[in-house]
Order: sequence, then structure tokens, then C-alpha cells
Amino acid sequence: MEIVTYTTVETFVNHLPEVTWVGSLIKAVLILAVISAIAGFGTFIERKVLAFMQRRLGPMHVGPYGLLQLAADGIKLFTKEDIVPQNANKLIFMIAPAITAATAFIALSAVPVFPDFTIPKFIPVLGGTFVPSIASDLNIGILFVLGMMAAGLYGPLLAGMSQANKWGIIGAARTAIQFLSYEVVTGLSILAPIMLVGSLSFVDFNNAQAGGIGSWLIWQQPVAFVLFLIAGFAETNRTPFDLLEHEAEVVSGYATEYSGMRWGMFFIGEYANMITISVIAAIVFLGGYSEGGLGWLTIILKVGFFFFLMLWVRAAWPHVRPDQLMWLCWKVLMPIAVINVVITGIVMMV
Amino acid sequence: MYETIAFYLFSALTIGLFLITVMSKNVLYAMTSLAAGMVLISGFFFILGADFLGVVQLIVYVGAIMALYSFAMMFFDATRDIKEKNTNSGLVFLLGGLSALVLVMIFAAPIHSDAVQALYPMHEGVGNAQDVGIVLFTKYLVPFEVAAVMLLVAMIAGIILAGKKMDQSLTEDASADDEILIQKDAK
Repeated sequence: MEIVTYTTVETFVNHLPEVTWVGSLIKAVLILAVISAIAGFGTFIERKVLAFMQRRLGPMHVGPYGLLQLAADGIKLFTKEDIVPQNANKLIFMIAPAITAATAFIALSAVPVFPDFTIPKFIPVLGGTFVPSIASDLNIGILFVLGMMAAGLYGPLLAGMSQANKWGIIGAARTAIQFLSYEVVTGLSILAPIMLVGSLSFVDFNNAQAGGIGSWLIWQQPVAFVLFLIAGFAETNRTPFDLLEHEAEVVSGYATEYSGMRWGMFFIGEYANMITISVIAAIVFLGGYSEGGLGWLTIILKVGFFFFLMLWVRAAWPHVRPDQLMWLCWKVLMPIAVINVVITGIVMMV
Repeated sequence: MYETIAFYLFSALTIGLFLITVMSKNVLYAMTSLAAGMVLISGFFFILGADFLGVVQLIVYVGAIMALYSFAMMFFDATRDIKEKNTNSGLVFLLGGLSALVLVMIFAAPIHSDAVQALYPMHEGVGNAQDVGIVLFTKYLVPFEVAAVMLLVAMIAGIILAGKKMDQSLTEDASADDEILIQKDAK
């Protein structure tokens, strides 16, 4: 394997910066490693941030400032018994968590997480390899990511329907209505920026906003930005739209019967989706990684800001009822999104 | 090479999944294999280089089958098998015969493959979305607009059918509760 890698890199070093399969592979491994680590660490950050906002300390006992709580949780999840209920549809019950986790990472394969870079020459074997910003640069990137994230909701839906549990069924029903509500708003809100840039590729979005803060699309499309954020919260099941598993109402919704690592996979998927939505918002509306040499830092700051915003909102707002979510999406947000698209079209034509 | 492998993989998986959809007596298996098959069909579009249509297939069918699931949830117990009643054997005969005919025609189609020509080939350097847009608004403008009007009619009809008591909240309004109970009792 290593010999093959070496010879291929040797041939590709000659014509840089072409995207090689080695570069794509490095990027894919990078995304998998970094995002699953952040997704795990995100649970710790969430507990800490929520604790500070509620004047508590949060996890403190395991390691300094509770930093090793993550390891403790991981050991607990991995060693817990994997229970499959007797009357459940066992096959569907067992593959449902994998759908959530897998689609979350497939969606990330078309998202530019960091800027492109070239590995320095002094590093053996891989030196000089050009690592692209996106593992696979589709020219319809935005649609692919949104479609894949939508497919991710089959995880909660199938989990809820297969587990022969009333709370699970209610969770699955809420998944379906939540999906049918927010999906229209996501598509229509992001349509206006797409019209302005004239492309569905994330790289084109990034390049269109290369002229500094003044050229960010948020200034031209503030309405679309707010709508996309609200729909993004619904897409990632964050408060105030965490209807699928709201503890006070439906025990744990679709996740009621799950334990151990299958339960953990739902949450890895959910945190990966939070990062995806943050990256999309940062690239489509806040200029992405276009700031020259500092692009890698600014994109991390922007993504971090959106991640923090999700935790902040969770600490600040109660959640809504399912009928309120449907009312909000279909009667308020969708008309605003349509009007926004029409006005954008008129302004562009005149 | 890779395309051939991918094509046969997607073909086998799609046919297998749709067979489960037709054969299975469990509504959850049927729906799930239908959704998975529809997602895999988008793979064919990607192999052919029609990225845009592939993604549209993905988004449209993921949403459409999600709506079908909600009906399955209302009418069936997802964890039990459904007892099917096949009283009309003539219909089974007719549908089976038609399927066989279609199958024969599909296998015979390559004989005339020379007659099939791409009238609107993709342009180099132009995105998929642009190509589809140009064809939609020139050659296929009338069907496109007719489809749009039909969808609009369906939407308005849906709102009128469902929207008689839209301003009343079923959870907040106590009188709505009474009404539901009365209707239940009447049955």
C-alpha cells in the first residue's frame, strides 16, 4: 500500500496544484478524524456553556475542569449493553443509527471545512501533495449537502417506527412533520444567495465574497440569512425545535429504546450536522475562508461562533410545540422566503 | 472500469431493493427499501454526469417518501406483518403479463440503440443546472408551465380541503376539543 502511494505522489508532484486522489483521501481522513473528535468534544462544550449560562459549574470531577468527562462518557457508551427490544423490527432498529451518522459524514464530504493547502516538501512520502478544500468538489455542492442532511432524518424516523414503543412512534411522527415543515424554508432561503452568485458550488460562493467584509452576502441577504439559521436549527434538532426527543414530553422520543453506542451514533450524527450547518452558514453568508493567508483561522472562528450560537439559543429559549413549528414554517417563514426570492429576482433584473 | 462496476452495483442493489418493496409484507421493510432504492437511482445520474438531476432525484424522493411514511404510520402497525387479500386473480394475471411484456421490451431495446441520439448534449464548461434550465425554458417550456399550474391547483385544493378550521388551534381552543369528542362519540 505504501509503495503505491509513494509512486503516485511522485508522478503527481510534477504538476501541482492538481487535485489528486491522495489529496482527496487525506482530506477525507482529516474530515473524519477532526469532525468526529469535535463532535465528541462538542458534548463537553455544550454542557460547560449551558452550565455557565445557568450559573452552574457543569462537569468538574473527571480530570481538570472535567475535561476527561468525554473519555468517561465514551467508555460508558462503548461498554454498555446493546439492547434490542423484543417486539422491535430488529434489522431496521439496528441500522437506523448508522443512517444518521453515515449521512452526516457523507454530507461533510462536499463541504469545504478548511482552505486548500499543500503539504510542505520536507515531510516524507506525502510532501508536496495538494490537499483540496473539499474532499469531492461537486458543482452542485449545496444541493447535495442539503439532500444528504435531509436523508439523515430517516435515522430518527426509522428508529422511532421500528422500536414498538409509543414514545418512539410519537418521535417518528414528529420527525416527519418537522422535516416536511423546515425543508421548504431551507431550500427557498438559500435560493436567493444562489441567484446572486449564480452557482451551486461552495468554492464559487467563497470566491464571490473575496472582497473583504463588505462583500459578504449577509449584507445583501439578511432575510435569507435569518431564515436559513432558523431552518438550520430545525434541521439539526436544536432547541427551540428539538421536538423529536424532548424529554419533558415524550421521554426521549425516537431514542427511547436505544442504549450504548447505537444511542451514541445518533448524537455523533447530530453534532456533525451542527458543524455542517455552521460551515454552510459561514461560507454562504459570512465570506467563508476567503481572507488570504488567514482563511483557515477565520473559518474556524466563524464556525465556532455558529456552534456557540446554537448552545446560546438552547440556554435562552424554551422549545416550541409541534403545531407552532408547522405554523411558523408554513405560514410565516415560507411566505417571507418566497417574497425574498421574488424581490431578489426583480432587483437583479432591473 | 469504475463506472461499469458502479453501474452493476447500483443496478443489482436497486432491483433487489425494489423487489423487497413489492414482495415484503412488512410495511416498514417495504417503505425503507423503496426509499433506499430511490436514493440509489440517483447514483445512475451521477455516473452519467448529470449531477444536478441526481441531486434533484435525491431531494425529491427523500421528501416524498417521508410523506408516505407518515401515512404508513397512521394506517399500519409497523412491527407486524400485513395480511394481504388477493381476491382478484384476473388482475394478478394481467399485471404479471404486463410486467413480463415490459421486461421483454427492455431486454430487446438495445437492438435499436443506434436510433437513440442525444438531442441536447451537455455543453463543456457549463454547469448542469444551467443546461437543464436552458432546455426547460426553451424546448420544454409548455410542459414545464403546465406542470407548474397543476401543482398550483393541487396546492390550492389541498389548502381549501384542509383549511376549514385553520385559525383554530386544536390544542389551545377548548371548544375544538369538545367538537372532536362529539364526533368520536357519534361514530
